[in-house]
Amino acid sequence: MNLLKGRSARAWTGFAGAAVALFAVAPAALSDFRLGLLAKYLCMAMVAVGICLAWGRGGLLTLGQGVFFGLGGYAMAMHLKIADAGPGNLPDFMQLYGTATELPWWWRPFGNPVFALAATVLLPMAVAALLGLFVFRRRVKGAYFAILSQALASAFAIWLVGQQATTGGTNGLTDIQGFFGYALDDPVNQRMVYFVIAAALLLLIALARQLIHSRYGELLVAVRDSEERVRFLGYDPANVKLVAYVVAAGMAGLAGALFVPAVGIISPALIGIVPSIEFVIGAAVGGRASLVGAVLGAIAVAWAKTALSEEFPAGWTYFQGLLFVVALAFLPGGLASLAKVLRRRGATAPAKAAVVTVGEAA
Amino acid sequence: MTVILGQTFTGISIGAVLLLIALGLSLTFGQMNVINMAHGEFIMAGAYTTYVLQKSISSAGISLIVALPVAFLVSGALGALLEWLLIRRLYLRPLDTLLVTWGVSLMLQQLARDIFGAPNVQTRAPDALTGNITVIGGADPLTFATSRLFILGLAIAAVVALSLTLRLTPLGRRIRAVVQNRDLAEVSGISTARVDRTAFFIGSGLAGVAGVALTLVGPIGPTMGTNVIIDAFLVIVVGGIGRLRGSVIVAFVLGVLQAVLEYSTTVSVAKVLVLVAIVAFLQWRPQGLYTLRTRSLV
Amino acid sequence: MSGLEIRGLRVSFDGFTAVDGVDLDVRAGDLRFLIGPNGAGKTTLVDAVTGLVKARGSVRFGDEELLGRSVHRIARSGVGRTFQTATVFEELTVLQNLDIAAGAGRGAWTMLRRRTSVPEEVATALDTVGLAELADSPAGTLAHGQKQWLEIGMLLVQDVRLLLLDEPVAGMSHDERQATGELLRRISEERTVVVIEHDMDFMRSFARSVSVLHAGRVLSEGTVAEVQADPKVQEVYLGHAATEDAGDLAVREA
Repeated sequence: MNLLKGRSARAWTGFAGAAVALFAVAPAALSDFRLGLLAKYLCMAMVAVGICLAWGRGGLLTLGQGVFFGLGGYAMAMHLKIADAGPGNLPDFMQLYGTATELPWWWRPFGNPVFALAATVLLPMAVAALLGLFVFRRRVKGAYFAILSQALASAFAIWLVGQQATTGGTNGLTDIQGFFGYALDDPVNQRMVYFVIAAALLLLIALARQLIHSRYGELLVAVRDSEERVRFLGYDPANVKLVAYVVAAGMAGLAGALFVPAVGIISPALIGIVPSIEFVIGAAVGGRASLVGAVLGAIAVAWAKTALSEEFPAGWTYFQGLLFVVALAFLPGGLASLAKVLRRRGATAPAKAAVVTVGEAA
Repeated sequence: MTVILGQTFTGISIGAVLLLIALGLSLTFGQMNVINMAHGEFIMAGAYTTYVLQKSISSAGISLIVALPVAFLVSGALGALLEWLLIRRLYLRPLDTLLVTWGVSLMLQQLARDIFGAPNVQTRAPDALTGNITVIGGADPLTFATSRLFILGLAIAAVVALSLTLRLTPLGRRIRAVVQNRDLAEVSGISTARVDRTAFFIGSGLAGVAGVALTLVGPIGPTMGTNVIIDAFLVIVVGGIGRLRGSVIVAFVLGVLQAVLEYSTTVSVAKVLVLVAIVAFLQWRPQGLYTLRTRSLV
Repeated sequence: MSGLEIRGLRVSFDGFTAVDGVDLDVRAGDLRFLIGPNGAGKTTLVDAVTGLVKARGSVRFGDEELLGRSVHRIARSGVGRTFQTATVFEELTVLQNLDIAAGAGRGAWTMLRRRTSVPEEVATALDTVGLAELADSPAGTLAHGQKQWLEIGMLLVQDVRLLLLDEPVAGMSHDERQATGELLRRISEERTVVVIEHDMDFMRSFARSVSVLHAGRVLSEGTVAEVQADPKVQEVYLGHAATEDAGDLAVREA
């Protein structure tokens, strides 16, 4: 019990520290431009929270989080485009490419702000539930699942590109001006968007933490490490995995939705195979099974990408490749496990070394 | 009728390309259970090998023929190196292998960009492979591109060569022994480490051969591997682990399916529909078309 | 308590018949040992009963037909098993392992909250299998024998009425075997226990009844003494040069 109290006290301190950093220090210390970049990184971190849950805890290597990020992003962007155009008008890109004189039927519901907001989270969750149900129930797992999820990302991006007239094709939905009545080119409103994102991130972390430390969280780790054994205990592992996958999808959806007002664009290039796998690298570098590790890792990798890729585009690609290799081949627990590994080395407790290794669902 | 035949042939030729790029994977992923995301870059290496050779050998025909074995060696060597450097440390961690090799693939792509430049390059096809063969003449002619026929022939030759190697040679027997029971093979005196590396060499070498073939039907560029690798993995997933036959059948079926769906809808919708078909198929056969049944708890 | 009733059980893999028409009755509260040479179909039989492999015939436990149900449904109807190699959740603590085993019937609300206390059945099981002091250690750090006990403890909190144990004392020291045997005896007062074992000394000490499997069929059945006296059993274990004790030579394949 003391252990539990210690853990939760540390969590509260960490939480308070993060809140101070995000709501007081960052807005005071950073320029509007930098704060806008931070908002973008925080969106990546929100996706990483879901990946930590699904992959780190559940062993589901989802290489298709871009799909859910994109569904959330497009749902939000469609609403904002309709709102920008004003009643009775078509969004600008449709007037440009399209031959249609009115909104396609599947755009229309997104004119309603409540529907659009709900869709940013519920649509990704529904798609994840549908795919997960088919895939997990038939015990398609491990690498097979990873490849299918990646194929989904690839197919979704290709489909979007193919629908130029209704989705903006390769360009995506760009030039978003307003956010529920607030003009996005006003720095004050940009700051508001940042605060919304920071609050959402903290909320998701709290939610994920509760899940990880609940009985469900323990069961999820059990499923990751020995799915068959769990089945013999009377559980259906498919449902256990499904929950983690669907929750992670919802988180990615919310991240995508908030990414749109922060950056002003959503496009296939942000959600295909490559960005989908980039979502994973942050979590892997920081520590897939540790919430703090995954979140900080995602922020750090996103920051490094901006910092390095502007000046040395080639250098960044090599660095990114190296990150994958080093983080996964030599430090599978990520930076979060570094302290533990070093402590173990010092203490030399070979019998316990097995505990450090992060489980791998084959 | 001509349309149906034409589409079927297009499908078969898509299938032949799929088969060529998936064949190496059927060894490394299908038999050794290693998910090598850099496989696509070994294809790219084969394609650039063709490009480099054509610069020094003026005859397009000769350079293509020379490119086949050279690309096999180049990509095979890259594969063996990758196996020795990284993959052998990760045999029990398939998902980590996937991500590590993805990192390698990023670096190889950048390397190609630094050496050959970011824009795509092109090779000249030999004259014999630029024309069409007219199968049915008349007002509604049915023609087959000779380059496509060449790829089909190459794919069939590669399948036959690989399956004979696995079946008849001592090396093939050792590979199959390691696949079926690694521990037993080890105690029987087989150096599993060497077998792994050899199998990886062959699988990656086949990617190089696929790369040579791809130069006949499209441009050569740093990201050409990424564009085809997912489809190749899907072939193995649907075909089933451990059997060559599954990959062969599935490659052609997916090829024809893709061609037919592209004809009746659009390229992008066809991609989505093929994926839906695959997920539906896995409901019926979650382990793929062919499976090796074991009683272990995996 | 319920008994197990198997009729005409048949399992084949790709043309090879591993279990070939087995009839088997295990009374409620029995401590039944399944013995037989390697390849006799013992583990496959347990796999079939627990839904891991497809089988034909009939397996009834109490009033319920088990064949055709999915693995987790069979587990929920009170049938639990262990594996030849102890399978516990290595990264979770002993307590967490047991808590998970106890929880298949929990509702969503309980699942989504933290465990705030040790459930009573978990505490009892910790004492029964003698792991109370190790409750907070990761299961991966347990010794081999302790893992086996943890697995048995998991079956207890799972509250299964039929335990199918696959070589529970393999790799254990003499004292550990003795302790495990006594534990099984106590368990079988309230539950039905079936043990696959190669260790003939262990079998002689603790079996209440024995079934000998050979080539996918039941060769002989009865008390330890009856089975040992059966000439068919002697032949399987000893070849044609049948001599005094069938059990002693069985060590060669343990």
